[in-house]
Amino acid sequence: MTQVTTSTLVEVEGMKVHFPIKRGVVLDKTVGYVYAVDGVDLSIRQGETYGLVGESGCGKSTLGRAMLKLTEPTAGKVVFDGVDLSSMKGEPLRTMRRRMQMVFQDPMSSLDPRQSVESLLVEGMRAHGLDKGKESTGRRLRELLSAVGLPSTSLRKYPHEFSGGQRQRIGIARALSVEPDLIVADEPVSALDVSVQAQVINLLEDLQTEFGLTYLVIAHDLAVVRHISDRVGVMYLGGLVEEANSDQIYTEPLHPYTKALMSAVPVPDPVVEDVRERILLAGDLPSPANPPTGCRFHTRCPWRQESRCDTERPALRELAPGHKVACHWAEDIRDGRIRAHEVKPQLTQDDWDTGADDNSLAGPASVTETLGP
Amino acid sequence: MSTRTDKIDALAEQAARTDSAGVSVAAAAWRRLRRNPVFLFGAAIVVAFVALALLSPWLAPYDPGERMLGDQVIRARDQIPPPQEGHPLGGDQVGRDLLSRILIGSQQTLMVGVLATLIGFTGGLVLGTLAGALGGWVDTVVMRAVDVMLSIPGLLLAVSIGALFSQPNQFTVILAVAMVQVPIFARLLRGSMLAQRHSDHVLAARALGVRQRAIVFRHMLPNSLGPVIVQSTLVLAISIIDAAALSFLGLGNPDDRIPEWGAMLGEAQKAIDSHPHLAYWPAACIIVVALGFTLMGESLREALDPKSRR
Amino acid sequence: MALLEVRDLSVVFKRKGEEPFTAVDGVSFDVEPGQTVGLVGESGCGKSVTSMAIMGLLAKRGVKVSGSAKFDGTELLTLSDKQMRDRRGQELGMVFQDPLSSLNPVISIGLQVAEVIERHRGLSRKEASVQAAELLDKVGIPDPKRRLSEYPHQLSGGMRQRALIAIALACRPRLLIADEPTTALDVTIQAQILALLAELVKETDTALIMITHDLGVVAGLCDEVNVLYGGRVVERAGRHDLFRVPRHPYTHGLLASIPRLDAPRGERLSPIRGSVADNIPWTQGCAFAPRCPNAIDTCVEVTPAMEPDPVVAGERLLRCHNPVEPADRVEQEILT
Repeated sequence: MTQVTTSTLVEVEGMKVHFPIKRGVVLDKTVGYVYAVDGVDLSIRQGETYGLVGESGCGKSTLGRAMLKLTEPTAGKVVFDGVDLSSMKGEPLRTMRRRMQMVFQDPMSSLDPRQSVESLLVEGMRAHGLDKGKESTGRRLRELLSAVGLPSTSLRKYPHEFSGGQRQRIGIARALSVEPDLIVADEPVSALDVSVQAQVINLLEDLQTEFGLTYLVIAHDLAVVRHISDRVGVMYLGGLVEEANSDQIYTEPLHPYTKALMSAVPVPDPVVEDVRERILLAGDLPSPANPPTGCRFHTRCPWRQESRCDTERPALRELAPGHKVACHWAEDIRDGRIRAHEVKPQLTQDDWDTGADDNSLAGPASVTETLGP
Repeated sequence: MSTRTDKIDALAEQAARTDSAGVSVAAAAWRRLRRNPVFLFGAAIVVAFVALALLSPWLAPYDPGERMLGDQVIRARDQIPPPQEGHPLGGDQVGRDLLSRILIGSQQTLMVGVLATLIGFTGGLVLGTLAGALGGWVDTVVMRAVDVMLSIPGLLLAVSIGALFSQPNQFTVILAVAMVQVPIFARLLRGSMLAQRHSDHVLAARALGVRQRAIVFRHMLPNSLGPVIVQSTLVLAISIIDAAALSFLGLGNPDDRIPEWGAMLGEAQKAIDSHPHLAYWPAACIIVVALGFTLMGESLREALDPKSRR
Repeated sequence: MALLEVRDLSVVFKRKGEEPFTAVDGVSFDVEPGQTVGLVGESGCGKSVTSMAIMGLLAKRGVKVSGSAKFDGTELLTLSDKQMRDRRGQELGMVFQDPLSSLNPVISIGLQVAEVIERHRGLSRKEASVQAAELLDKVGIPDPKRRLSEYPHQLSGGMRQRALIAIALACRPRLLIADEPTTALDVTIQAQILALLAELVKETDTALIMITHDLGVVAGLCDEVNVLYGGRVVERAGRHDLFRVPRHPYTHGLLASIPRLDAPRGERLSPIRGSVADNIPWTQGCAFAPRCPNAIDTCVEVTPAMEPDPVVAGERLLRCHNPVEPADRVEQEILT
């Protein structure tokens, strides 16, 4: 929403995060991998909001965490403001964390129930030597609270004494407490009541203007992502399938998955709903432990072609300025040379029983939670 | 017009102005506990027990080691001093005042319970924290050792440890009983530490750049202690019973001048056929005290468990 | 007469030593065969409790249900547990939010479906199992014969929800209550499930009560919409009327606070202030008053009644002293 400069703040190259699936009675043996993130390149410019959208299990949360080095990437490089984070460890990495913060989905579980708001907010400042004296810290705390719209009496209270929306404000204040450049917001509003979501979305926008922040917003709700983002990346099964600015992605979605996703988002307007064309995808998301060959989406794609789709993995290529898509047939689909056809739902092969299924219920980031390091 | 807006704004801000000093989780749990009759009942028993232990030197009418009714003991006829004036419970097999022994016995019993729990708790805390915080091979080594200890039935383990000491005394009993509790505490703590390690708020602290040590000691450990603290109230009861069992098996403190309920129970079984009342009194005391601690622990668990919270 | 007539339904939770809590407060609505009625609202508005009360699924202790819920002329609220159980299998079906916890984890999907058919339709196990496979096929589960022998954990979230719908449909219920059936699912799967439900209603003339917090879902599916706030219905209208001219400030506020996929970029959202915790009791006025931008003196003095809308035409009931004026002339023309 703010002035977008051209300089890049974060650059991700060839990012892969594979979680080993371990089995064994005495000694764990790796029997396979969950390909949570499997080759993603993206860059986020200073001051912009990049929206990452996708369904559960597509790896968007894992990608966000790997970018912050909260999950160790299997391969790939993250360059933050010119500094390569890939080989960074220990104290230098810890100091670096001040500049990149995170806002979580569940505001209750991401706040330590034993900490008062004051101690929650001071903790990060202390860890980075930003609490210089009682008076300046106190002033800073009041500033933070007023920035996120909480009364200054909140300091002595505990997380459970606040409503969901207020807790999310505390989480945002905590992220702001260390004066970061980048904030990765992982599903920042999906746990909140509808009437409160808008408050938090507006707050995020205001804070961006006020502090010149750069955002990576990760969400499953395309409407939210489109509303808040300058550019949007769509993920499917560990890979980026389309990237465009927020208007292009709505007016001219090029990837078949983006089209389907777009058509599935309900719009609170019966007039629109009645005339909208639905692209109903057949079947379920394949297991990220056993992704389809070639294009990951070919098993469910209504535009699938006989050749290439199941053998060759399409790379992300730029079709129009700033509009990238990973589909072999994107031009033909756009120009109407290829028609959508019926797809028979395929059984999703689960050689690994629970993982993929659980994702769809537990929501985003469960891969990391169940299998993380 | 202004009254209207004032009124509405006042209502709108009502929630924000409930200006309590802030209620921490522990304080909220305490509030719930205070109104829980089960907890109050358990706590009353425990408080009475502790008070008894502290005040027993003044409450006990006689020296528990003195065989003041020794002349009424006739071994050949298996006769012991019956209840009589000044000795409402009578005497034991060697003519010591039973009431005084029961009263003073509370001291040793309390000490066994508290010390055994403390030692078990500390051992478990160290092992569990190591395993839970470091993970990796430390976790594997510690947990396998714990598994081995857990695979032996608790009492059997205590007896084996007790038997290791050639000269049993009060402290060896406590140590034996405590060792049994170490793996239980360690496992419990490690489990909840692991859950904490993957929790969002620990991830949040990592993302914030908080040092690893601070994360372990300020976030993971305090949030993992709930179940462990509850366990310790239960362990207190178990320790007393285990110590009694050791005494019963003859692995207790051989010095019987200082009474202890478990030891008294062990002594009493020799004459259980003719004088069961010698066993009744210490047994009843142990049961009541164990019940007190158990009730307290159970209600504590309920109060701390977020799932049972409304 | 409507298939389901709910009148003045109230549910009060009373725990020992605590203030009684009124979760549902005088809710009335009708459902006709083949009609989809939406109950919409945020957490704590009483939408789920309403459905549980109708289905007789609330605990007996500490809960006081009053009012009436007549199904095809029979009062459901006074039925015995056994009568209610029979009816639940045969005439009333229910689909819950979390399909995993609603299915028995140790019984195969096929058996769970077949059991219901067996019990309520009196078929043999074998016949029931054939029917079960047909039913799974009908709700769009691929390779239904193989799926019969699988267990809930082997299915994905979307497939589980389909299985749950199959169980609910096993005895061809005349009324289906779906309580947030797609909240735990991804949007593309949600679209599949919603399409399935819409088709069922159309084909079998089943009455559907759709409980959701998602106004988008309502807009596509429901014929009539009840907006709940603090345990009461605050606005009821046909979906076209409701979305075109939301009259209650709460409905209006909800619609203004949702980012719309088709909205132009950069349009700022207008949230409702405060949170659902900031209610006042209905007895002291309008529960929504503390958050309402339209609140006037009367709102905190007089409890608003559910009345026909005095301004905008159409079948609409409204519980508000100072409703939102229709935004512009164009909208008024459409309606009058």
